[in-house]
Amino acid sequence: MTRRNILALMAVLALFAFAVCTLVLPMFGREQMRLGLDLQGGIHIVYKADLSQVDPGEEASVIDGVVAVLSNRINPLGVTEPVIQKQGQDRILVELPGLSITDKEKERLSRVALLEFGELAAEDEEAKWENELGRWKPATAVIDGEEKELTSRYFKENTYVAQDSMRGIVLRFEWDEEGSKISEAVTSRLIDQPLGIFEGDEALLGEDGRPIAPFVRSVISEIGQIEGLSYNEADTLSKLLNAGRLPVPLEILYDQTVSPILGADFIDMSLKAGIIGIIVVMLFMIIYYRVPGALASLSLIFYGSLVLAIFKLVPVTLTLAGLGGFILSIGMAVDANVLIFERMKEEFRTGRRLGAAIEAGFDRAWTAIRDSNVTTFIVCGILYWLGSSIVASAPVMGFALTLFIGVAVSMFTAIVVTRTLLRLFVGSRLARRTSLFTVYTGRKNV
Amino acid sequence: MFDITGKRFWGFLIAGVVILIGVISLATLGLKSGIEFSSGSMMTVSFEEEVDQRSLEQELANLGHTNAIVQHTGAGDFIIRTRELTGEDKTALQEALAAKYGQLTEAEFYSVSPMVATETAENAAIAVGVAAVGILLYITWAFRRMPKPFRYGTCAIVALVHDALVALGVFSILGGILNWQINLMFITGILAVIGYSVNNTVVVFDRIRENLKLGISPDFEVIVNNSLIESLGRSLNTSLTTLFVVLALLFFVGSTIQNFAVVLLVGIIAGTYSSLFIAPHLLVVWEKGEWGRFIRWLPLRAARA
Repeated sequence: MTRRNILALMAVLALFAFAVCTLVLPMFGREQMRLGLDLQGGIHIVYKADLSQVDPGEEASVIDGVVAVLSNRINPLGVTEPVIQKQGQDRILVELPGLSITDKEKERLSRVALLEFGELAAEDEEAKWENELGRWKPATAVIDGEEKELTSRYFKENTYVAQDSMRGIVLRFEWDEEGSKISEAVTSRLIDQPLGIFEGDEALLGEDGRPIAPFVRSVISEIGQIEGLSYNEADTLSKLLNAGRLPVPLEILYDQTVSPILGADFIDMSLKAGIIGIIVVMLFMIIYYRVPGALASLSLIFYGSLVLAIFKLVPVTLTLAGLGGFILSIGMAVDANVLIFERMKEEFRTGRRLGAAIEAGFDRAWTAIRDSNVTTFIVCGILYWLGSSIVASAPVMGFALTLFIGVAVSMFTAIVVTRTLLRLFVGSRLARRTSLFTVYTGRKNV
Repeated sequence: MFDITGKRFWGFLIAGVVILIGVISLATLGLKSGIEFSSGSMMTVSFEEEVDQRSLEQELANLGHTNAIVQHTGAGDFIIRTRELTGEDKTALQEALAAKYGQLTEAEFYSVSPMVATETAENAAIAVGVAAVGILLYITWAFRRMPKPFRYGTCAIVALVHDALVALGVFSILGGILNWQINLMFITGILAVIGYSVNNTVVVFDRIRENLKLGISPDFEVIVNNSLIESLGRSLNTSLTTLFVVLALLFFVGSTIQNFAVVLLVGIIAGTYSSLFIAPHLLVVWEKGEWGRFIRWLPLRAARA
């Protein structure tokens, strides 16, 4: 019996040491806890791609194209673990943990970045754009029997910002083979006429706030340049053009942006809440249940380290709600101990010896412990499903997962750890003082 | 020995009054649903200078956000809820507020489109439905060996409805006073609490079953009272330890998780109350056929008061 207890204690201590090492050291390639967006700040956006203009059957490849372009735009931002993935039919999930960007930069991510060139439309012609300079239609040319619009889709990916001889900012671009043909045809047709440049529904605006529409002075077939842009706009455009244009427009369905400072605060606050919560629970258990309470407190420390180690190893992405679930599970974790100790007290009152009372307490409380956690497990399962089925998945799933792990581990620590500690204690001399066990032992007739 | 069961009508009366207040509030003030369920934008901002909530609400209305809801958090931040804002709308709004109140810092921005909101609300409703069915199945299973399983099951469900009504009532009042909203975390919290409180009820019922078998008394009332007292320690202690950590969560984390912590707090208190003073006592009333006596008792109380 004693040898078995010591072996059990060794096993428990070894597990505890393992848990602590896992928490402190980088193990199994995991250096730190994985933190959710709300704890380290960052951006969570869900885009919906407008597939109304896409040919049937092409949707999947168009979405793949969107993902590729978004990746090109996001990579230079230096996010450690960016998530850019397809969701369902027409959605793209973008998660950029730890990133702090301005609203303008955020808008840029989903900018289509297609420059379209236009010419003035005649009175009776349909216009695509209208502005202070007139009514515009797309500039087109017929190449190999097919009418093609002149747009930045024919730019090579080497657009750059330069200064011209007058020290003005210019955006230089190079046409690819097909673009050269269209450009040549268009510019030779439009000599001495304005060529408008548009992005989406709007004209490209210069630094002076006026639409950019240079007059064509010569035939352009290879290299062109756009003048009048501000440096920032030219720089952004060149980057976007080189990263590729989005094949379809994107609409924001869901946007959550958290500043990293707020996230850091939350970690501190949750840590504080967790530690204070544990201490209060321990004090309560020790005052109410004496020695068993103190042993339960020890197993609570064990419990906390083991759960956090599991979080790190799985890894569970910790969110504020997930930490809430963990902290809640600390309170619930002692439930198993309370059930056992209450049973123990009863067995004690019926006149059993301490050792026998402990064993009977554990045996008889087990079914109650098992049954009483069933509903919590049911609810965790349902919440996990709910979380996985919605866009704002992180908090709900995080809570379900941490609460589930917490309650499952609490069953283990109450049954194995507290029991081992209690058995060892029974073997010691202190155990003869039964008053250490509970305040109520004297009142046997209650 | 305490006679808790003998005072069962008091237990019903207190629960009845609390629920009545909640129902009145639900009927008049209703519930405010968060943007997860009804779409819109929400931003958490802090100002460097002191800003009055009334004035902020007025200013938002002046800027055309007539339906904006402002919530002042414990940490001194403001959570401003508006219709769904585009990037441009948002920049314009923040610039206008900065012009009026000075420098502001945005800690969090949240925007949900109607399509996502509908989806979320539907799935949350399904989850609540599935949870209700799951818990019902569990209750049927847990009480299969009880003498009258249907009665035990029904009483457990009444207790569960009590818990949910109390939480909804409290949030309706908080919604009216402090603009608190029903969001995803509210649903999450309420489901967690319901699972938790069903456990408590099951533990108490388990005791009743055990004592019935032991035949400690011919009087059902005495059996229930004894079972209650025997499980009182466990029920109260477990609830207390859980309350401690929830209070720690509420006081030390607050802000975003505040609504969640309050649902847990209210739910745990209501759940403990119902598992001790409602579910087991309904069994006694049912067993003894005392509904008439309870109805006659009420005006008697009122007359004495």
